[in-house]
Amino acid sequence: MIPTVPQPAVMTWCYRAYVILFFVYLALPLSVVCLFAFNNSVFPSLPWEGFTLAWFFGSDAPYIGVFNERSILRAIGTSAFVAVWVAGLAVVVGTCNAFLFVRHEFRGKALLYMLMLLPLIIPGVILGISILVFSSAVANTLEDATGMWFDGLRPGLPLVILGQFSFVATFATLVISARLQKFDPSLEEAALNLGASKFGAVRQITLPFLLPAIVASAIVSVLMSFENFNTTLMLVGSESPLTITMFDKLKQGSTPVLNAVSLLLIIVSAAIGLMSLLFQNSKR
Amino acid sequence: MSRDASKLGFYLLLAPLLLWLVLLIILPHIGLFVVSVSEKVGVREYEIGLGNYAAFFTEPLYWRTFARTAIMSILATGLTLILGFPIAYYIAKLTKGRTKTTLFLMCMIPFWVSELVRTYGWMILLRESGVFSSFLQYVGLASGPVEMLYNDAAIMVGLVYTSILFMVVPLVTTLDSLDDSLIEAGYDLGGSSFSILREIVIPHAMPGIVSGCIVVFMLSLGNYLTPILLGGKDSLWFTGMIYTQFITRFNWELGSAFGFLLLALSSVLVFVGLKLSRQSLSGTMGR
Repeated sequence: MIPTVPQPAVMTWCYRAYVILFFVYLALPLSVVCLFAFNNSVFPSLPWEGFTLAWFFGSDAPYIGVFNERSILRAIGTSAFVAVWVAGLAVVVGTCNAFLFVRHEFRGKALLYMLMLLPLIIPGVILGISILVFSSAVANTLEDATGMWFDGLRPGLPLVILGQFSFVATFATLVISARLQKFDPSLEEAALNLGASKFGAVRQITLPFLLPAIVASAIVSVLMSFENFNTTLMLVGSESPLTITMFDKLKQGSTPVLNAVSLLLIIVSAAIGLMSLLFQNSKR
Repeated sequence: MSRDASKLGFYLLLAPLLLWLVLLIILPHIGLFVVSVSEKVGVREYEIGLGNYAAFFTEPLYWRTFARTAIMSILATGLTLILGFPIAYYIAKLTKGRTKTTLFLMCMIPFWVSELVRTYGWMILLRESGVFSSFLQYVGLASGPVEMLYNDAAIMVGLVYTSILFMVVPLVTTLDSLDDSLIEAGYDLGGSSFSILREIVIPHAMPGIVSGCIVVFMLSLGNYLTPILLGGKDSLWFTGMIYTQFITRFNWELGSAFGFLLLALSSVLVFVGLKLSRQSLSGTMGR
């Protein structure tokens, strides 16, 4: 079935109807989430009680808007903190890995490459519990040996950051490697001929070339970190990131405040996602 | 450029990779395995044994949940493939230029949104006081509130919704690279739409199908949010059971055994999938 080969009109229309239905299916849940953020009712459900912005800016109970809800604001802060760390670590390690895999030949390279891809096929929950078990074992051993407390190895933000980093790093490595493979090494050689040091050539020629991929992978890392649930759930301590906070609230029963937070999340992540795509395309 | 300096550079590049893989992937999984084969015999006293695995096989609730999770995940993967393939084909072959980019981006947008938000959307739609229920009552098809949440169908809808983009995107990429003239040639030689699909399109799209299926299966198997929120208390999803053992019951030994079994199941199915389609892990995932 291609445009140059005619098909019965009924078939074509059925196909089109299916595609339209599919996109309705895609859009429906997100649309209702957004819509009910503006419903003037304490439940995110029909009937429609009129338009309100109280779930964003309201300050009188029960209409406490997102911008006045302490727990959610704090969770957003926590998420941002975690995301910045994860993205930073992932980009640095990803760039090193890209240079290693693209520029160097060594024994065991294929094995290491496969190991590097493993986090993609390990379920997030398993990554979480394995890191939890291992870090607790290390903490127990150290505490028995030294008599000191090692809180960083107990569930909490440091472990959340490490857990998310453990699989985000794979994505960063793949994105940055793909870009480095397209790099023409003669550019770097030219810099060396012109008297640049090895490090200077990499810093002035190669890294600027990699910048689009680095920025793109940083953006994707931030998004993945913000949205991650499975790994975070197992490693979280007393301070919870946004997805965990929202999950807890959702279990207790939802109010349109969650819709308002969701709407903000949708806008921000869609904007960031589109930006990263445009950024990649314009630099290609 | 001295050799020593380049050697040093190589080790400096190797160090972060090794630190990451050894400390965050390899050692934790070995640790998980060690905990899974230890049995508690007293306060902080452990013995090596397969008791946790034995508990899994002797307690029907455990292995039934395990089997149920696996079967539902395979079903979700199949459904996602069947539902997603026509869409990918439409985007790749029947649209051009702007329309194509727009449709492709529209497919991507839900992927950028947190899974929690997506699931929340389905809860608003499906629950007793939800949009569908109100709509059915309004139209007159139902006389009272209809609960559509907390059943297997709801879990399925959520799983397919969550993962369909990971099917569509690789399929679009592989179908894009299929030359239209091959399909035309098929028609010229007298093939029917169905035989062309079977003999030309699907073999060409196989790498995309395999990588899509692997990702979707993994996502479904390891999913926690969708089954718990859409399936409610009776969702009986294996990740939920792992969570219960670890966080609620604080039985890390049994939880580790469960975790290892889930890991084994997903690895085996991924391996079988790759072998059946003669693909390699680096070939399918490393793109």
